[in-house]
Amino acid sequence: MSPSVTIDHVSKLYGARAALTEVSLHLAPGQCVALVGHNGAGKSTLIKLMLGLIRPSRGGVRLLGEDPAGAHAARLRRAVGYLPENLAFHPSLTGKETLDFYARLKGVSRAGNAGLLARVGLEAEAARRRVGTYSKGMRQRLGLAQALLGQPRVLFLDEPTTGLDPALRQVFYEIVQELRRAGVTVLLSSHALTELEGQTDRIIVMNRGVKIADGTLAGLRHLADLPVRIRALGAPAAMVADALGTLGQVSTDGHTVECRCAGGDKVAVLRRLTSLPLADLSVVEPSLDELYAHFLRQEQAA
Amino acid sequence: MSGTHTSIPLILAGKEIRDGLRNRWVVAATLLMATLALSLTFLGSVPTGTVGAGALDVVVVSLSSLTIFLVPLIALLLSFDAIVGEVDRGTMSLLLSYPVSRGQVVLGKFLGHLSLLGFATLVGYGAAGAALALTGADTGPEGWRAFAGLIGSSILLGAVFIALGYLVSAVVRDRGAAGGIAIGLWLVFVLVFDMALLGILVADQGKTVTVGLLNWLMLANPADAFRLFNLTGTDQVSQFAGMAGIAGQIHLGPVTLLAVLAGWTVLPLAAAALIFSRRQI
Repeated sequence: MSPSVTIDHVSKLYGARAALTEVSLHLAPGQCVALVGHNGAGKSTLIKLMLGLIRPSRGGVRLLGEDPAGAHAARLRRAVGYLPENLAFHPSLTGKETLDFYARLKGVSRAGNAGLLARVGLEAEAARRRVGTYSKGMRQRLGLAQALLGQPRVLFLDEPTTGLDPALRQVFYEIVQELRRAGVTVLLSSHALTELEGQTDRIIVMNRGVKIADGTLAGLRHLADLPVRIRALGAPAAMVADALGTLGQVSTDGHTVECRCAGGDKVAVLRRLTSLPLADLSVVEPSLDELYAHFLRQEQAA
Repeated sequence: MSGTHTSIPLILAGKEIRDGLRNRWVVAATLLMATLALSLTFLGSVPTGTVGAGALDVVVVSLSSLTIFLVPLIALLLSFDAIVGEVDRGTMSLLLSYPVSRGQVVLGKFLGHLSLLGFATLVGYGAAGAALALTGADTGPEGWRAFAGLIGSSILLGAVFIALGYLVSAVVRDRGAAGGIAIGLWLVFVLVFDMALLGILVADQGKTVTVGLLNWLMLANPADAFRLFNLTGTDQVSQFAGMAGIAGQIHLGPVTLLAVLAGWTVLPLAAAALIFSRRQI
């Protein structure tokens, strides 16, 4: 399948400041990709380039096989949904009117709008109110509804869950999973890493405009080769250290014994630990936050 | 592709009109124009009484002056924020992620804002005309023609300054700066330009500034083109306006003057669209 989005050696300069440097990546249909990095890492710039809102200083951008800032850009954008980072609507329109307005701009029938509002959990009573009175969560729901108009093939969600309550976040990711199963390419940027675990196929880590890592969560874990922590309860630290030998380092807080070992030694360590008289055992894989921190450190050291 | 039932500029214009109605902008502008037009109409007719030439001609003269001050100001206030404001608030990046070209955005906003201004002018000045007709004042068909010309050209002058406001809004990065420049434009075109021209004419004593040059200088200011159109439009009006002398010397027909105003609308509008389409959002 041809990629939905192709970024080919793209650099973007604002004056002398480089917002992006030599970034290349592909997004495939049905893929949910997380774009990770802290503020100013170039996440929003990358999304705006893909949307054709800005043009690259160097390199090429292709959205569904065409130039998103080119002559056919308007037609191309019928197949695209976008939820901007700093979402703003016209405060004098009601939620329903807002969605109607955007549906007409996209040339989509407004018949499905009520269903769309229900899908994102915006109640009919709320939809009749002016957007100026909305809470952040309600605005974000409306924002997601407009991004879903016309069944887009590519969806760009820029910091979609920042400042949302956990229940709404759940709704968000459920919808993203549905879309992904339907073959939609979903790119979502975030700096809330922990919540992305299990939600995305692939993670792209950005730092200061440079792509520093790109792969599946498992792939990135493998690449980073961060130590796995295994917590054991019920056996004294000395006994655990004895059993492990050189396979891992052992520390204790007096209650739980924590063993750190390389990812490749995990099974061997577990085998030795289970022969001990333990009350409990848990394995803590390196979290996304730790992975991110690792790739940042690596980048700074390079 | 599923068909769009309404064209994109009309959808955008419809949204601007609804915004204008919702935030009471239209009501405020219409009331302001009606109040000032009615006061000028009835205060203006006191000295001439009901005898003498058409009461409407007097009204056209006073309302022309009102238009020159008020309409550019309203138009600029309406337009200076149109692009820079939406970029600033973040609504523009969302809008442009839709199948909408930047030219359509400018055109749609223009149609919407012009409708709002047109409505306020038509109703505001129309109220003055209707009130005058009700009092049974002397109004001939010639007078009504001049009055209709006044309303139409006032809206056209509004179009000029809406377009100029967009140009400012497309160029400037900061809303405050856009507002300041808009007010500056108003001051230059409405006050400073004429004073400077007058100063030059007085100082020059007709040595180098010929009538031909004066014609061109007047065209460099849309407010003057508007003034010439209305105050020299008919013989009666030009007598009242004290412009009869000038009207004899200025060789610019009403069609030329309207064309100048149209040019002053189209060029800034096109420039605004061009600059906006190259702008990084």
